[in-house]
Amino acid sequence: MSAALPVRRFDAIVVGAGGSGLRAALELARASLKVAVLSKVFPTRSHTVAAQGGIAAPLANSTEDNWHWHMYDTVKGSDYLGDQDAIEYMCRRANEVVVELEHMGMPFDRLENGKIYQRPFGGHTQGYGSAKMAMRACAAADRTGHAMLHTLYQQNVRANTQFFVEWMALDLIRDPQDGAVVGVTALEMETGEVHILQGKAVLFATGGAGRIFAASTNAFINTGDGLGIAARAGIPLQDMEFWQFHPTGVHGAGVLITEGVRGEGGYLLNKDGERFMERYAPNAKDLASRDVVSRAMTTEIKEGRGCGPEADHVLLKLDHLGPEVINLRLPGIREIAIKFANADPIREPIPVVPTVHYQMGGIPANYMGQVVVPEGASHEAIVPGFYAAGECSCVSVHGANRLGTNSLLDLLVFGKSSGEQMAKDIRAMPRPHRNLPKDAGELSRARLARLDGASAGERVAEVGADLRRVMQAHCGVFRFPDDLAKGVEKVKEIAARAQRSFIADKSKVFNTARVEALELDNLVETALATVVSADARLESRGAQARADFPERDDRDWLKHTLWYKEDNRLAYKPVHLKPLTVEAFEPKVRTY
Amino acid sequence: MEREARERLRWKCRRGLLELDLVLQRYLERNPQDAELSELLDLADNDLWDIVSGRNERYDGRLSGIVARLRAS
Repeated sequence: MSAALPVRRFDAIVVGAGGSGLRAALELARASLKVAVLSKVFPTRSHTVAAQGGIAAPLANSTEDNWHWHMYDTVKGSDYLGDQDAIEYMCRRANEVVVELEHMGMPFDRLENGKIYQRPFGGHTQGYGSAKMAMRACAAADRTGHAMLHTLYQQNVRANTQFFVEWMALDLIRDPQDGAVVGVTALEMETGEVHILQGKAVLFATGGAGRIFAASTNAFINTGDGLGIAARAGIPLQDMEFWQFHPTGVHGAGVLITEGVRGEGGYLLNKDGERFMERYAPNAKDLASRDVVSRAMTTEIKEGRGCGPEADHVLLKLDHLGPEVINLRLPGIREIAIKFANADPIREPIPVVPTVHYQMGGIPANYMGQVVVPEGASHEAIVPGFYAAGECSCVSVHGANRLGTNSLLDLLVFGKSSGEQMAKDIRAMPRPHRNLPKDAGELSRARLARLDGASAGERVAEVGADLRRVMQAHCGVFRFPDDLAKGVEKVKEIAARAQRSFIADKSKVFNTARVEALELDNLVETALATVVSADARLESRGAQARADFPERDDRDWLKHTLWYKEDNRLAYKPVHLKPLTVEAFEPKVRTY
Repeated sequence: MEREARERLRWKCRRGLLELDLVLQRYLERNPQDAELSELLDLADNDLWDIVSGRNERYDGRLSGIVARLRAS
């Protein structure tokens, strides 16, 4: 064995510097704990920056509203797979975390009377699903995520949080005695050295893994690092079959074309020039709900009526609206189409495909952020020292489908509650850190040694591209039994190829090829979890839509999936149907 | 430009917004050594995208060369 890895000790370690990581770190730093935050990129370049819509909170500044209505909407939106205790908790703390953010200096849009301006958003209603919309979304123009990230970052700098920027977490370190998490290994890009960061509490706030799909709105950094690390350490991943898609992302790029284009009169065409939505939704046509439009597009492509040399997309036509409407009412769309589709929509249609943008599943955690796994008779035994929050976690407040603006709320509420719980747990521990296990860091060291020692093998970019293509074709927005079964086999083959990944550049200092090879390992774990879980769930619920099982099946499938890396094993656990203080919302048919 | 500087620039192009990832990746493939790019990359994601997409014309004039090249790519 070579020399021991350098060790740095902290009270708390936070992996990821997006909304939830920064909110948790702030709670910890304000409690005078020694906090390290690791991030692959500069914190304000985290993907939270892309969130535009707003933060849901029933402040009732413009319309009557309350947390119980918000809770109802969230439970219904989740297609009843959300845990009702966690959903009650989130909705009851929403006003508090938004007002706190306001007091930190977040530049919310305001009403004339100075209160936070709130706007309506899909799925958020008054009076338990009445036709009246709730005005619940608090926004800072179309830059809510950006403003939130900058506000939280500045507060952390003030609170003396220690940032490790351009550090990539590699693997968990667990105490073999009781499975407790006692630290992480991480690669410092600047030097290429691997370090051990030892802590009494470790939070994963690493975001989603939307880059497993060819069509994705996610930034390149969203490679599911926390999910891959957890899976390699024996932690199961929950409900990974549930991914939210948007119908119109630019083919080959992923950048979204807003629903507003269809609202203004744009419509979809197949290769025969047919306006196919007339067949699937004779009344609403191209303005049918997102899932209906996405399924119709997939069916057209699957039945051979897709466009282009690969017959793998459909067309969004808007030239008939005329340049005035396109330029005035749809600002930015023309630039996006020209830049990313090489098509000027004033003259020609835009190639589009259903595009993934949010991961509902993740590392199983409760509403205090504690990671929970089946052990003995318990479905949810706490893993000591390990916490998860934000898109990488599955609490589960979004269940099978997330409502818009609930994601930023999730980051704030569970970032804060994780930080609170970590501070409490750290205070209850003896002062010295536990001893590190003898083999601490060996897994990471072995992974890097293999990569550095390989003189030939699979190219990282090619394996990654194949993975994304297979996931898109076999496990997309509308799922067919043969595709899923074949998809499982194909992703397993890709996983085997990823184990033989090879990089030509072996330099230590700032080697981005090495980082991308390590990211590929995490993408592969996430993709396997997704396709295996989707293949096994024999129903349609929320974001999981199967052609062979078109209905929701509460008798057999009102339960959470748990996928384990070891042997691709699956287990299931009950949904928490009992809220904290109020009566349960019983599953009903979900109609809007 | 030496390897390390090139690698640092490449990583600085990893952003929070997909739109920027795509534009910057495409640009870097053709111009892996444009040192002027680095200064632009210090901007916040949304501010940078507003400039690259032409929504904002009020930026530091010294950057006009690289902005024009990025917009054209």
